[in-house]
Amino acid sequence: MADGKDDRNDLDTNGGVSRRGFLGSVVPAAVGVAVAREALSAPAAAPAVAELPAGEPAKLTLVVNGRTHKVLVEPRDTLLSVLREKLGLTGTKPGCERGECGACTVLIDGVARYSCLTLALEADGKKVTTVEGLMEGEELGPVQKAFVEEDAFQCGYCTPGQVMAAEGLLRENPEPGLDEIRHGMSGNLCRCGAYAHIFKAVDKAARFRKER
Amino acid sequence: MPVDLDYLSPSAVDDAVALRASRPSAAFLLGGTDLLPQMRSGRRSPETLIDLKRIPELHEIRENEDGGLSVGAAVPLADVETHPVVLSRFPLLAECSKTVGAWPLRQRATLAGNVCNASPAADTAVALLALDAVVNVASTTGRLAMAISELFLGPGQTALMAGDLVTEIVLPGAAAGFRGSYQRLSRRKGMDLATVGVLVGKRDGAPASWRVALAAVAPTPLRVAAAEELLAAKGASAAREAAELAVAACRPITDLRGSAEYRREMVGVLVRRGVESLG
Ligand SMILES: Cc1cc2nc3c(=O)[nH]c(=O)nc-3n(C[C@H](O)[C@H](O)[C@H](O)COP(=O)(O)OP(=O)(O)OC[C@H]3O[C@@H](n4cnc5c(N)ncnc54)[C@H](O)[C@@H]3O)c2cc1C
Ligand code: FES
Ligand code: FES
Repeated sequence: MADGKDDRNDLDTNGGVSRRGFLGSVVPAAVGVAVAREALSAPAAAPAVAELPAGEPAKLTLVVNGRTHKVLVEPRDTLLSVLREKLGLTGTKPGCERGECGACTVLIDGVARYSCLTLALEADGKKVTTVEGLMEGEELGPVQKAFVEEDAFQCGYCTPGQVMAAEGLLRENPEPGLDEIRHGMSGNLCRCGAYAHIFKAVDKAARFRKER
Repeated sequence: MPVDLDYLSPSAVDDAVALRASRPSAAFLLGGTDLLPQMRSGRRSPETLIDLKRIPELHEIRENEDGGLSVGAAVPLADVETHPVVLSRFPLLAECSKTVGAWPLRQRATLAGNVCNASPAADTAVALLALDAVVNVASTTGRLAMAISELFLGPGQTALMAGDLVTEIVLPGAAAGFRGSYQRLSRRKGMDLATVGVLVGKRDGAPASWRVALAAVAPTPLRVAAAEELLAAKGASAAREAAELAVAACRPITDLRGSAEYRREMVGVLVRRGVESLG
């Protein structure tokens, strides 16, 4: 699964990774709502909300790096854990898991997001891009290449998150100045302190992307 | 994270309110930047999350006829602080918003969430207090409007009833035009809550109006009316006296970010500087 292309854990190939549930019981997250309209007109009565047994897995469609996955997730699963543990895309790293470090940054619908602060269900139907998705065939993408050329890391743990933050920034602003780079990258910590090189790499990546 | 968690994402406000009413142990979810870490650490364990982000109405940011602005609950801080009307008429809100975490966090964290979480250190709350913001709420008994000055009761506590859903935060046109600064001390920029936050604002006129509001130095964010009145009467030359009034109004605690003495001292220094810089 190391190549991230394996979908062993996907519903369509595995019939469900559920520990407790099965497909027949899956209720999409929004189903309760239509029913709840009745509850509105009769607030005193027990609301007729279709109960998805708590913690029961729900079926989720994620378009990750251009490929559609159907996975069973629990409501408590973060996008980070689903990417890593269910889809085997371990390029996305867990760091603080509370929105402080940026190691888990991915793109959701093209915008850089912390995947640790995003529930998998919130990403239902959205396009997710991880660091694996920046490859151009066997070649590194422009941001990745710039990080290598500028030596923009030491241990490398923060790098996938930095690369995704840079990718998100450059999609929004293809020619950022240094201040804009610092601003855009401000949610990504590097414990090794490679910041100066990281900022240079983002600048270079902007040029690489333009030359393409 | 709680094992037995349920997730619902209604597409209308009334549906969300009804769902919430039917589930005593539910919580509304916006950006989740407060809620999800609180759940992960076990401080909160709702059985149901009602995600409000699929409700189109809550994503609106609307200019009002009085020159004010209504900010939907699901609008992220990043969109608030870059909005042209905020920048031109309510720049103090942009100043405060910019100090919340780092940019990617603010693309997710919302103004309404910052208010509802009711941290004494909530950075946007000081601006909203200073600007007499109004919080619009949907509840099972109908819609209501609440002055932000009545909202904060204590750390994490608001005057909202269980099940009340904040739909938008309204900046009244009458509060447009205040300029000034939000001076914020923290252990690390972009990565920590304020140890002390001091907003000082002024609107020219005869006489000029002033605003003084404080974060992280009392159980709730705080506005210091006495200092504002003094400044309106005497102008910036009363900076020292205004600072003393602010110090007298705050009730800081000692915690890992700083001691009560330090906070009190800094309130004095920062209010004085804030006033003098507008003199
Ligand atoms: C790394 C990091 C740094 C941070 N730095 C700062 C900082 O410097 N300054 C600061 O002030 N804050 C800071 N925060 C806190 C946080 O980002 C803000 O309070 C944020 O604005 C909350 O918004 P949210 O949309 O994420 O709210 P959520 O977490 O989704 O919700 C917050 C609370 O409000 C309730 N709620 C949500 N929507 C509604 C509604 N419509 N009606 C009623 N109740 C509702 C939720 O149930 C929850 O209790 C930081 C957080 C992190 C993770
Ligand atoms: S792991 Fe998500 S921000 Fe640190
Ligand atoms: S390279 Fe080691 S944390 Fe950034």
